[in-house]
Amino acid sequence: MLKMSGPHALVSLRGVGKTYPAGVTALRGVDLDIRAGEFLTLLGPSGCGKSTILRLIAGLDRVSAGELIRRFEDVGAAIGFVFQEPTLMPWGSVFDNVFLPLRLRGMTRRSAAPAVDEALALVGLAGFHKAYPRELSGGMRMRVSIARALVLRPRLLLMDEPFAALDEIARFQLNDDLLRLKDETGATVVFVTHSIYESAYLSTRVAVMASGPGRIVTEITNDAPREGSRDSAAFAALCQQVSEALRQAMKE
Amino acid sequence: MTSVMRKPEWLRRALPPALVLIATLSLWEASVRLYAIPPYVLPSPTLVLTTLAADRAILLPALAVTLGTTLEALALAVIGGVALAVLFSQSKWVERAFLPVAIVLQVTPIIAIAPLLLIYLDARAAVLVCAFLVAFFPILSNTALGLASVDRNLSDLFALYRASGWRTLLLLRAPAALPYFLGGLRIGGGLALVGAIAAELAAGAAGKGAGLAFRIIEAGYRLNIPRMFAALALISLAGIAIFASLAALSARLLGRWHESALER
Repeated sequence: MLKMSGPHALVSLRGVGKTYPAGVTALRGVDLDIRAGEFLTLLGPSGCGKSTILRLIAGLDRVSAGELIRRFEDVGAAIGFVFQEPTLMPWGSVFDNVFLPLRLRGMTRRSAAPAVDEALALVGLAGFHKAYPRELSGGMRMRVSIARALVLRPRLLLMDEPFAALDEIARFQLNDDLLRLKDETGATVVFVTHSIYESAYLSTRVAVMASGPGRIVTEITNDAPREGSRDSAAFAALCQQVSEALRQAMKE
Repeated sequence: MTSVMRKPEWLRRALPPALVLIATLSLWEASVRLYAIPPYVLPSPTLVLTTLAADRAILLPALAVTLGTTLEALALAVIGGVALAVLFSQSKWVERAFLPVAIVLQVTPIIAIAPLLLIYLDARAAVLVCAFLVAFFPILSNTALGLASVDRNLSDLFALYRASGWRTLLLLRAPAALPYFLGGLRIGGGLALVGAIAAELAAGAAGKGAGLAFRIIEAGYRLNIPRMFAALALISLAGIAIFASLAALSARLLGRWHESALER
């Protein structure tokens, strides 16, 4: 039975809780709608259950309480996942790594080649097919990882602090590229970060979380996303608003 | 002045061990001649070499037998070790049930099992089983470790894309386990030779006309010390050849991706 949750919610979480067998309560009473086409950021301190929400949405873990409703058919192609680390297979070339999701769907190398080329071009790595992960920089590996997540054209792209380990220059570049990718592919993005600036820069909506147990404290909608640059007054104001919300969340 | 002409890579690698080898052999040869040590106490390297050449009709077939047994045992250990490791990775129950058996076989010195095997089996088969037993465990334990050491995120990714267990094994676990397997193979290769020699020694006269270790015992009875040294040299060379070829295999398979195969 579908519950009322806005016209275009792709995924709805209703009173979701997650308790691990060891007895740790990672999440309690989480209500969240993920709307088609949005760029939602989950922002919060370490250990507030941000990554747990992503894993639940991806179906990698099961909820222990409440319910999680997905309103799209998931046949193993609807969701792309980008981990904190690039998580590439070191024994495979760039092509092999991006080809993997297609290969697992039974495609041959030949028939998959156009899709792989396109995904690599999208992340600015055209012509790097034959390189091996160890030959690439951290930023380039992350691009390969993103290309892999996009190669099946997923409805929903889940990203778990993908740029946390990168230097600021690479991170800014990838932030901009991610926004472009989102526009080009039309994917809905759920992005986990603990950077206030990143959340303010990327999102159309920020869900601020607190820990002990993990929960969503407040949501901030960015009405005028990315109209200005990182220097604009609107961006500064949003950063301040998010920062204040986070401070409140930590106090609770 | 620093030399502008740099020596080629292989020469820089091969030169130090070659120098040590030549120095040792020269010292040995010189000592034997200087102190007039009789050959039945310590033969000179040149005498060992000439004995090797003179007795080749006896020693080379023996080498072929020992090496054949070793390689056969190693091949069986690879098949058995990998198959059991895959089984372990698929079922915790199988692992709990069979790992102790494998450990008992491993910690019991092979030289102590050999006499028993020689009663049950004919000499050739007993030697083969001994060599198999010692080579088997490192391959099993390393491969099992490798199959269990898969990156968690990658395993999640395979789950996300609904990969079957079989495909996950083939595309993820097997390549992840490869460096571990190759490490086990290198140890197993050396041990297979040790196992074969130890079993041949235990077989003694029962292994008549068989491998190199038998020729060593036989030469020992006749106090033919130079031939003992010649046989020993052949065993060493066989061990080096096994190690070198497995190292080359490893470098070839891991070449572009694994840290261990990096040029430093």
